[in-house]
Amino acid sequence: MESESSSSAASVSGSPTQTEADLSRHMLELEEDDDLEVFSKDATLTDASSFSASMPMSPASMINQYKLEEQDIKDVFITVDCPESHVTSIETFVTYRVITKTTRSEFDSSEYEVRRRYQDFLWLKGKLEEAHPTLIINPLPEKFVMKGMMERFNDGFIETRRKALQKFVNRIADHPILSFNEDFKVFLTAQAWELASRKKQGPGLLSRMGETVRAVAASVRGVQNRAEEFTAMNDYVETFGQKMGMLDKIAQRIVKEQKEYLEGMKECGPVYTLWSGSEDQLVEPLKAIAGCIDNCCKVTEEQVAGLSENQVPILHEYVLCAETLKAVLRRRDNIQAEYESKVDALANKKADKENLKEEIGRLEDKVECANNTLKVDWERWKRNMQGDVKSAFVDMADTNMNYYKKRLAIWESFLTSQKTDVHLEKDTDS
Amino acid sequence: MRGSEILERMADSTSEDVAVIGNTDFAAADLHNNTINTMTEEGVLKKMEISVSEAEKRTGKNAVNMQEIYTVYLIETRPVDAITEGQSTAPDSLWRRYSEFELLRNYLLVTFPYIVVPPLPEKRAEFVWHKLSADNMDPDFVERRRIGLENFLLRVASHSVLSKDKIFYLFLTQDDGWKDVVYDTGFQAKADSRLKALNATFRVKNPDKRYTELKHYSDELQSVISQLLRVRAKVADRLYGVYKVHGNYGRVFSEWSAIEREMGDGLQSAGHHMDAYAASVDDILEEEEHYADQLKEYLYYSEALRAVCRKHELIQYELEMAAQDLVSKKQQREELATGTVRTFSLKGMTSKLFGQETPEQREAKLKVLEEQIVEGEELVKTSNAECDEYVRNAWIDIDRFKEQKNQDLKEALISYAVMQISMCKKGIQVWTNAKECFSKM
Repeated sequence: MESESSSSAASVSGSPTQTEADLSRHMLELEEDDDLEVFSKDATLTDASSFSASMPMSPASMINQYKLEEQDIKDVFITVDCPESHVTSIETFVTYRVITKTTRSEFDSSEYEVRRRYQDFLWLKGKLEEAHPTLIINPLPEKFVMKGMMERFNDGFIETRRKALQKFVNRIADHPILSFNEDFKVFLTAQAWELASRKKQGPGLLSRMGETVRAVAASVRGVQNRAEEFTAMNDYVETFGQKMGMLDKIAQRIVKEQKEYLEGMKECGPVYTLWSGSEDQLVEPLKAIAGCIDNCCKVTEEQVAGLSENQVPILHEYVLCAETLKAVLRRRDNIQAEYESKVDALANKKADKENLKEEIGRLEDKVECANNTLKVDWERWKRNMQGDVKSAFVDMADTNMNYYKKRLAIWESFLTSQKTDVHLEKDTDS
Repeated sequence: MRGSEILERMADSTSEDVAVIGNTDFAAADLHNNTINTMTEEGVLKKMEISVSEAEKRTGKNAVNMQEIYTVYLIETRPVDAITEGQSTAPDSLWRRYSEFELLRNYLLVTFPYIVVPPLPEKRAEFVWHKLSADNMDPDFVERRRIGLENFLLRVASHSVLSKDKIFYLFLTQDDGWKDVVYDTGFQAKADSRLKALNATFRVKNPDKRYTELKHYSDELQSVISQLLRVRAKVADRLYGVYKVHGNYGRVFSEWSAIEREMGDGLQSAGHHMDAYAASVDDILEEEEHYADQLKEYLYYSEALRAVCRKHELIQYELEMAAQDLVSKKQQREELATGTVRTFSLKGMTSKLFGQETPEQREAKLKVLEEQIVEGEELVKTSNAECDEYVRNAWIDIDRFKEQKNQDLKEALISYAVMQISMCKKGIQVWTNAKECFSKM
């Protein structure tokens, strides 16, 4: 069961315009800050009505924003379908059709159709992570083929990937902050050439390098006073990732074993049929058994397909999620470490105190903001995770239940066909 | 009752009576739930209840004076009369090992070649899937063997011909020295050599078409059941794997539930169901093993069937040989009498080269030939009679066997379906319970 809002957010039912106004004020304030190059702010977009969540906001307004959306009003619907292969002289790749239907006023139209390839999704994810280092973004399906897949372009693989991509974009669309990201909008609406040119923009190589250097320096330095709750989160993610990994393996193993069982069973029917050829009195029951076994094979095939398509991908997604969570926690740590290093610098250096103090103030805000967004998003993630995992396992139970029910029917019909007087024993409780 | 009286009884009995072996000194006992005793087909075991109730390990010295461990089985017998009289008594019992059963069966095979003799349970575990031990000492194997041996005895005891055999009776009742008694019958000398049998198979000129078809059928039956057993073993192995992997869910759910607040309980209880699911496969496969045993019995029955056909070929062949011999002797007599040489013979040639025989010599030869011809005619007559009788008797038992086979196998197929249904019901139950737990997460 999904408990959407456990907090007092229910009382708040603001309209986007109110918050927009709040935040545009903030936007104007922060635009000049060099340090905020880290967050990709598209300089060309000055339209205040298109809200960009690329700006870090004050913690208070951030939380307001968040609580607003806890009603989870879905107003962006995206489908990802129609995979198509493209062959060029350099490479072969697959594009997917992305159709967006929305009622949001930020969008000029209510429906968009574009084609995107995996690389584009990857780009989008990168941009979102840049803009919101401590928000938890759904993982993308893996770039490279998984073990056991022969052909990168075989149907099963593409279908699994398509579903995962669709889930990826819809999760972003459902996110109160991420869904208003400008790059996201571009991704959904821009034509191919527009997207290409957008990709070339953004923080230059140097600034990105600067960010990486800072991040590395921060992580090397390590965080000094990490709050207890973040340590707890770390521990949780560690264990969660482990357990998910195991569940993923188990689920895949079950599919594999069931497939082998199916292969063996397929050999049984023909032997009974062969046998019936030598008999006279037993022809009928032998042929009937062969028929039953063949039907069981069909039913087993359905079951295997059900498990592979529904349960396995979800578990796998959450294995990747664990890595995402770890990265998010690391980034949060880095932000705090950066702040702490400046504080130390202040204590040691004599000169330039004024600038340092200002910087420290900003970094302090940054840390607080990062922490709060993370905390709220964490709860959101956990709710989603619970829902997903629950439905994955309920699905699995359903698939197996139906499987056994169908098999039962097959064998019961065999008994009736034999017109026996066999009285099935009363079921004992297991 | 003494042995002689028993034999008298046996001689008196008609083909309707069965298993007239009883010791009325015993009082009645409790009713055994011996399922074959309640069979209503022809040849019900009327006089005696038989069971192989236990197995034990023994140690002893073998033929080459080395220590060995072997298993013995307890055969218990109790006369049915005693029971119906409302008295209770302890059953007679003795211990026998597998090799003694083999000896009994070999004796029956030689003594009743026209009967499709019930087979013994397998000597070594065949068609195993990996979990089942191929070791003869494995308790599961011993248990299944015990049941198979009981089945064998009951089948023999309910057979209209075999049940009357004295050696069989003594097997059930005579503790010491039974082996000597069997050997004393000299049955081993009567056994046909394999070479002779093989020779006959290839050389017989006019095989009875029915027997040829029957032999063909027994080959097909053996081949198809072997295939089925092989495939089944493979499938059992894989089914085992599928179920057991689910056990891992139980473990991981339990570990994971430790860090989850809301989902913890649901995970834990679901985990228990996964463990139960994984464990349930052991019972399922044990039942399936019983089905495999039923198939195996008929796999080995097909060998017995083929043995009857082979014996027929042998008898037929000997008849043909005797007839041919007679014909050639008659021809020789004719040649000798008329002086014409129609058939080539070394003697004829040498006599041509080295001179004719004297009339006295010819007279003597003719006389010998006449005697041989008379013997030959006698032989052909008895061989013919033997062959006819064999065919007649064998066909009666083959018809009986066919009926039994059709009924048994049909029951086996039905019980297989029942087993599948039970497995499905268990599966539905487990996953329904698991779903409930998952829904509460």
